[in-house]
Amino acid sequence: MKTLVFLEDHEGKLQKDSLGVLSKAASLDGEVEAVLLGTEVAGLAGEAARFGAARVHVMEDVLLAKPLPQPRIDALETLVGERGFDTILFAATVLSADIAAGLAARLDAGLNWDLTDFVVEDGKLVGKRPALGDSVYVDVGWTSEPRLALIRSGTFEPEARADAGDAEVETFESRLQDFSLAAEMVEQAHEESEGPSIEDADVIVAGGRGLGSPENFALVEELAKALGGAVAATRAVVDAGWYPYAAQVGQTGKTVSPKLYIACGISGAIQHKVGMQSSGLIVAINKDPNAPIFEYADLGVVGDLHEVVPKLTELVRQRKAA
Amino acid sequence: MKIAVCAKYVPEATGRIDPQTKRLDRSSEGTLNPFDVHGVEEALKLRDAAGEGEVVIVSVGPERALEAMRKALAMGADRVVLVSDDSAAGSDLVATSRVLAAALAREDPDLVLFGQQANDSDGAVLWAAVADRLQQPLISQVAELTRENGKVRGKRQTEYGYDVIEAPLPAVLAVSDAINEPRYPSLKGIMGAKKKPQETVSLSDLGVDAGEAGEAGSRTEVYELGDPPARGDTVKIEDDGTAAEKVLAFLQEKKAL
Repeated sequence: MKTLVFLEDHEGKLQKDSLGVLSKAASLDGEVEAVLLGTEVAGLAGEAARFGAARVHVMEDVLLAKPLPQPRIDALETLVGERGFDTILFAATVLSADIAAGLAARLDAGLNWDLTDFVVEDGKLVGKRPALGDSVYVDVGWTSEPRLALIRSGTFEPEARADAGDAEVETFESRLQDFSLAAEMVEQAHEESEGPSIEDADVIVAGGRGLGSPENFALVEELAKALGGAVAATRAVVDAGWYPYAAQVGQTGKTVSPKLYIACGISGAIQHKVGMQSSGLIVAINKDPNAPIFEYADLGVVGDLHEVVPKLTELVRQRKAA
Repeated sequence: MKIAVCAKYVPEATGRIDPQTKRLDRSSEGTLNPFDVHGVEEALKLRDAAGEGEVVIVSVGPERALEAMRKALAMGADRVVLVSDDSAAGSDLVATSRVLAAALAREDPDLVLFGQQANDSDGAVLWAAVADRLQQPLISQVAELTRENGKVRGKRQTEYGYDVIEAPLPAVLAVSDAINEPRYPSLKGIMGAKKKPQETVSLSDLGVDAGEAGEAGSRTEVYELGDPPARGDTVKIEDDGTAAEKVLAFLQEKKAL
């Protein structure tokens, strides 16, 4: 197996999940190489070596300054054409998902997504993928090479290798197509540091679209206050402007693992689940009995949160006062 | 302005995977993928703001998908093009994107809109494969969309906060489910939907070889199905007025207070 791992960087740092995928790939047999695309990324090659890359391919180009997928598809097509890889792995992010799918179309290659593990069975790469709201596990494979895969966020912890040497750094160049450069990033996201820190909270009460309106976040805040916990929100309500991004839990937000997580009006889509599934105890209140969150909540309440949550707040207050 | 909205026919509520074919069991009643309804809504808003144009629903699926697509017509879309062909069944990402891109190229719209994911396969990448095949700029996960001077501008959330991306038309966009609150079809809309143009086309109509679609055109396969690792006991109760007490008792029992 000759594997290429796409490493994503943000503001001078390598994204943790892509290092996790790199160390997992390095734990299997075969050659593992990595690729860095951007403007000042060559300096990150040493870090890549520590997590298992024997060789790091680097393309630096001002046209790759912004984290847009399409020019990266061109660059990867060139690299794969020149060097030949049978497996190309991506840690799933907003950026890398678009790159992987575009590259699959470009190379006529198979892409399996949302993998939570990959193994070699009888010399063949097999991906493990939960499906249908994680109610079934599917073993997936590829019928041709290269094999492309997107690994679910938060799946593998990066593990530095004691035996790691210096990476062999190889630079390459690629032509970028006109249509790939047509989209322009006019504002780029920066890590937001303001707002409450939810990552250290022992208790989190989270609200989703089921709250019905931004004003109803008061219900969540009251319960959090009674429990001495923090307030969190889903992507949908953050996108809708009901609550600040700093409080968002999920794939594009924070990953939390409090002792208690109470989800109010949250359906529990995978993107949310990956941000809170390692919580000690999960309680969900939702009026839709088919909400996926009931598949993994320790206690699920099918009911109207507008009634249950204020009652619970009152009961917790009474109990704490007693 | 001509806008194409890509829409998927998905099984209603809980789906299951057929252990024989290892494909999603699609024998049950189906519906328009709820995430795609946000794409339809956004297209209607753009068309109506422009005061002209057309919204075309483009789908790949079985013949009975047409009925589910009528919901989009009832909301106000102008017509439906459904690619329905036995040879397209079982298509994976590369095969589906090939068929869909061919159907879109035939329509040649100014803008292609996708919803944020399919609620059956959890796929959330098809737009990027289609944009690559159409060789058009791409903006995904758009939570706010504006159009000016022949360009579209999308605000979208990533792992680090919010980006704003601008692209000239024609372009391919995927919208988040936070972008709008889809309208409900009016009675008049529902009554009028059946009379709107609904075209079913085959792969050969699109010039796609049967060997490039379906399982033959796919590059991935499913080997085996299994149960996920159990997370432990999950308890689900219906609120009969005492749910809050039960939650409190549960938290006390688990020493979570």
